[in-house]
Amino acid sequence: MLSETQVQQGNSLDVLGERNLFCCSLDRRSFLKCALASGAALGLSEAAHPAAGIPSQAGQQKQDDSQFTVEAKFYQKLQNRKIKCKLCPRECTVGDRERGYCGVRENRGGTYYTLVHSRVCAAHVDPVEKKPLFHYLPGSLAFSLATAGCNVNCKFCQNWDISQSRPEQIPADYVPPQRVVELAKQYGCPTIAYTYSEPVIFSEFLMDVADAGHQAGLRSVVVSNGYMQEEALKAAYGKMDAVKIDLKAFSESYYSKVVTGQLKPVLDSLVTLKKMGKWTEIVYLVVPTLNDSDSEFRGLAQWVKANLGVDVPLHFTQFHPEYLLKNMPVTPVPTLERAKAIADAEGLHYVYIGNVPGHPAQNTYCPQCKSLLVERVGFTASQMLIRKDSCPFCHHPIPGVWHT
Amino acid sequence: MLVRPGELVGLKVNALGGRGISTNLQLVEAICERLQETGIKAADIVVWDRDTDEMEHAGFHVAEGGNRVQCFGTDRVDYEQDLAMHGSVGSRLSKILTQRSNVLINVPVLKDHDGAGVTIALKNMFGVIHNPNKYHPNGCNPYVADLNMLPEIRTRMRLTICDATTAMFDGGPAYKPESSWKNNALMASQDPVALDYTGWQIIERKRAEMGLKTLEAEDRAPRYIATAADAQHRLGTNDPMRISVVEA
Repeated sequence: MLSETQVQQGNSLDVLGERNLFCCSLDRRSFLKCALASGAALGLSEAAHPAAGIPSQAGQQKQDDSQFTVEAKFYQKLQNRKIKCKLCPRECTVGDRERGYCGVRENRGGTYYTLVHSRVCAAHVDPVEKKPLFHYLPGSLAFSLATAGCNVNCKFCQNWDISQSRPEQIPADYVPPQRVVELAKQYGCPTIAYTYSEPVIFSEFLMDVADAGHQAGLRSVVVSNGYMQEEALKAAYGKMDAVKIDLKAFSESYYSKVVTGQLKPVLDSLVTLKKMGKWTEIVYLVVPTLNDSDSEFRGLAQWVKANLGVDVPLHFTQFHPEYLLKNMPVTPVPTLERAKAIADAEGLHYVYIGNVPGHPAQNTYCPQCKSLLVERVGFTASQMLIRKDSCPFCHHPIPGVWHT
Repeated sequence: MLVRPGELVGLKVNALGGRGISTNLQLVEAICERLQETGIKAADIVVWDRDTDEMEHAGFHVAEGGNRVQCFGTDRVDYEQDLAMHGSVGSRLSKILTQRSNVLINVPVLKDHDGAGVTIALKNMFGVIHNPNKYHPNGCNPYVADLNMLPEIRTRMRLTICDATTAMFDGGPAYKPESSWKNNALMASQDPVALDYTGWQIIERKRAEMGLKTLEAEDRAPRYIATAADAQHRLGTNDPMRISVVEA
């Protein structure tokens, strides 16, 4: 099963001496004369026994891309058939026949296209706690889907085989919005979740599915890095009923070196989501030695308190070696507990520890009377005592989306 | 000898630009002829790039199996499952490189690139990996150099023959006839850095002739060439005092 992003997750040869570079001026007639004399033109049939060629279709069957290709939103046309993408802060300037950094949006003759509309490469029914969303319809199921692609390149990505691939490299099905809705209903899911890879890059599809879902009485949630321009964020995530943002670290240096992104746009996105009134939860994947300092934890907690408020759930989750960080150790549980202690001390009300099944910090407690309100075992909410959006014992409001 | 009988030879062409600015079919045919004259079997030669359709659009004839020169894209055989890593690069490699060849002859074209500055020999290796789009920031630097450091590429690379018959001085990588010219040249070297540096200068001279700014002035000088030559990479030299251009 695909994991959400780690949640509940020269040396060289010696080149010596002068190098000769041969330049040969050749007129086309000489060239062709040479080629025609060769008799070794490609495609000529030949001889005897069939060589042991490659297995035919050893790769996947090539798909008809046209069914997935839709003109993109959020871009600007430039001169000379170039475009500037306005979806994420990279603002890729993309020449004709080139793609943006994400690998799933392509310039064709000066028009920008998404290549992944309805191109679903992963679809599962997950408990909503797996996203993780702990203050959103506990115990319910989410029909979770993804396309290929991502606008960053996190060195710890657990889903790199789809996030870091171009869509034609990954088997996928044509699953248009209405079909997504049908499947979600068929599997008893009140929510559709956009996740696994990076939903920013399939915003057009996400928006259409969300609209179809809402018409059918289904909600939508997104699991995202939040690395998005404001206009696109408002348009796409404005259709979401809850948002989980992976805040990878609280330093620009980490974002640059480990994520190949930037921190500030993500913080801006969180503030925008707050202003939009979107229910938001934050996940911070703790990678040993890279983003696990007290100062970083404290800075993060202080920023969340000041800009988003004390009631935004913050999940510190355990890293597991993967992709380009296979040499790093698993996050020690005491490190996660240290992070939680610092955030608690700064006054945040809902600080969780993720990816450590059975840890008591996976439960929800009333910030006032400390009563256990939601008990979780792994990804399952085994007990849910919240009533009328408040603690049943002291009646303190417990923010979230608790009931349908 | 560059190649020996019994070796599997891959010719990595550049077909992205379509018929106007892709590796010339006749050049490839001539190389294949010479290889067979040295004793390489036709079926042990594979002409390839990342995508079969792109190769066909560029004029190549797809050929799979049989006792003939092979010609197809990585999409027919897929990429390795495991990542090959060096420096800033972590990518899956084409199985044509890793399983179908133990000799690599690089057959790029000579053209401008709107991000990297120029795309010639070193950058032609972007067609070997599954995720080249991740390596375009910062003018593809240091990604191009790091990619060419991968042992799977370095141990196989024997020669670069750059098809500079038609070249582009602006607007690449897609073909723009108004930005191309008949350069009528081939460039060959065992030092891809020296070849790229020399090709860059050819493009700059043409740009000056056409009244265009230098790539440096447009903030897209190909810095990856210097990186490829630096002490950490040493893939070749970009020192014009150490490059001998022999015209024939």
